[in-house]
Amino acid sequence: MQEFLQLVVTGLVIGSVYALVAMGFALIYKSTSIINFAQGEFVLVGAYVCLWFYSGLGLPIVLAFLLTLVFSVFMGVVLERLILRPMIGEPIISVIMITIALATVLKSFVTVIWGTQIMVFDPPLFSQEAIHFGTVRVSEVYLWTVGFAFLFLGVFAAFFKFTRVGISMRAVANNQTVAQSMGISVKKVFAISWSIGALVSAVGGVLVGNINGINIALAGFGLKVFPAVILGGLESIGGAIIGGLTIGVLENIMGSYLDVYLGGGVKEIAPFIVLIVILMVKPYGLFGIKEIERV
Amino acid sequence: MPCGLFFSSYRKDDAIFKTWWLRLWMAAMFVALLVYPLFSAEANSLTGMNVTNLFNLIFIYVIGAHGLNLLTGFTGQISLGHGAFMGVGAYTAGILAKMGWPFFVALPAAGVMAAAVGMLFGLPSLRLKGLYLAIATMAAQFILDYAMRNWTSLTGGSAGLTVHSATFFGIDLNTDESFYYLALFFAVLATLYLKNVTRSRTGRAFVAVRDRYLSAEVIGVNLFQYRIMSFGISSFMVGIAGGLWAYYITIISDEHFTMWLSVQYLAMVIVGGLGHVLGGIFGAIFFVVLPELLRIPAEALTDIYPNIFGIFASLREMVFGLIVILFLIFEPDGLAARWHTVRAYWKLWPFSY
Repeated sequence: MQEFLQLVVTGLVIGSVYALVAMGFALIYKSTSIINFAQGEFVLVGAYVCLWFYSGLGLPIVLAFLLTLVFSVFMGVVLERLILRPMIGEPIISVIMITIALATVLKSFVTVIWGTQIMVFDPPLFSQEAIHFGTVRVSEVYLWTVGFAFLFLGVFAAFFKFTRVGISMRAVANNQTVAQSMGISVKKVFAISWSIGALVSAVGGVLVGNINGINIALAGFGLKVFPAVILGGLESIGGAIIGGLTIGVLENIMGSYLDVYLGGGVKEIAPFIVLIVILMVKPYGLFGIKEIERV
Repeated sequence: MPCGLFFSSYRKDDAIFKTWWLRLWMAAMFVALLVYPLFSAEANSLTGMNVTNLFNLIFIYVIGAHGLNLLTGFTGQISLGHGAFMGVGAYTAGILAKMGWPFFVALPAAGVMAAAVGMLFGLPSLRLKGLYLAIATMAAQFILDYAMRNWTSLTGGSAGLTVHSATFFGIDLNTDESFYYLALFFAVLATLYLKNVTRSRTGRAFVAVRDRYLSAEVIGVNLFQYRIMSFGISSFMVGIAGGLWAYYITIISDEHFTMWLSVQYLAMVIVGGLGHVLGGIFGAIFFVVLPELLRIPAEALTDIYPNIFGIFASLREMVFGLIVILFLIFEPDGLAARWHTVRAYWKLWPFSY
């Protein structure tokens, strides 16, 4: 029981980062209906850029982090303008392929610039010291991670609910044509969606990179948002958050209990097994919109 | 070359190669492909590359690309799992060959096995479409990839599996030149099959499912049956490609059949041209020859930048990604469509209509 609780808690920590990245993913899908296979590479690029500002240039972490956020916003806007905008109205396969190609390009850029060696934040951002909650042991860095993830989730929840831009984004997601006729610039909303998507991914990248170290495998971390958003329902931002937390816990539990039978590494594919099961049983996820089509 | 339609019977209109001029060229090309191995030594020394090896790879990828094109281009189902399905074919052929099965039994078995796995993961296609299907097949890719790496007793894990090259009536097909005819045979077979299936009742049903599946269902096309069938045929072809790959490379390891291969297959059919028989051929040629051509500027740059081969793989991926992006933005219909416009232009030259 004690081991189980421990697994749930550490799963929730990683899950909170999944939730953050999945929120960016769901946001992009909701407002632009583009499914972003490059989300994992956004995580990767964000982590490396922050590391470079911090360890490479020796900036204080707060400044490095803020500069990373600025960089991600900029990257989101540029990519949207150059690559994704020409794809509006193209068939789904082209849209999927272009984000895959974008992922390839971003990943190879990172490899060319920073190599494939694993890198760590040095000195570490948060202390590794363990804190005990009853029988469960959590290191301090995990608490910071959860804290930051939920801080950003909360900030964006408030942003969508109360600010003018946030409301216009929801309007576009709800009905593009009507939003446009009400004077909302759909193009601007698209650009904002992409930059928020890149921004939350960069935050996720920094948080996870701080725990596990940064190398090219971080892009694989980003791919696990797919199970999260499918579980939550592609169109639902709240669903993405719940999905992220659930997947984090599930992969941890499946990983540690099934590794014995399947020979290690189950954690890496457990989310995808869950994904297949969800798609078979409940294809539109927990909160997704069921499409009804007429001839 | 005629500049219009002058058919006087339905049979002529239905023919695959419609004019004697086209037939002549096709025959010439076929003969050229047949006699090529006689001149392979000259071709290799002329270009400084192993051209026969490239031909063999192109033939293998043409089979796989045709398979994916049937699924994605003609039936409209996206698959990001074809790399893994090819792996299933390769491992099946490899394991059967190890058990002493002759290659002309092991190869179809590889196709059947891949088809079975492909159909299994194609099952969700009944309820899913578009991006949901892409995600489902991506998950299939990861799961199969994991199985290939960790099911060590069967696949040999990351150490790989050695396969003896194919023997055909006592002839050991262990050289590039001898394997050439085997690969060519299957590539031609796959091309003819794809061309003919698209003209048949089944092919028409595939296209109907792609274009408007609800209407197709209303007029009596069994959606589930045709989608699964498309997955099956498509994975069968890619499984054959995998089997050939196993006999050609003779060492199978899981590293080859990753997500990257699936992406490459998808890129082949998109850059080549979705829904064109020529698309798979153009795409396979493009993506087999491109890395070799990239070697030339890379070698030229070694003087200035000696480290270039250390990052060559990454640079190649970057160029690959950029090419796909540029194609999707500027020529979304692919090389095959461009080929048709160029041909149409010359047909009427110097007149514009």
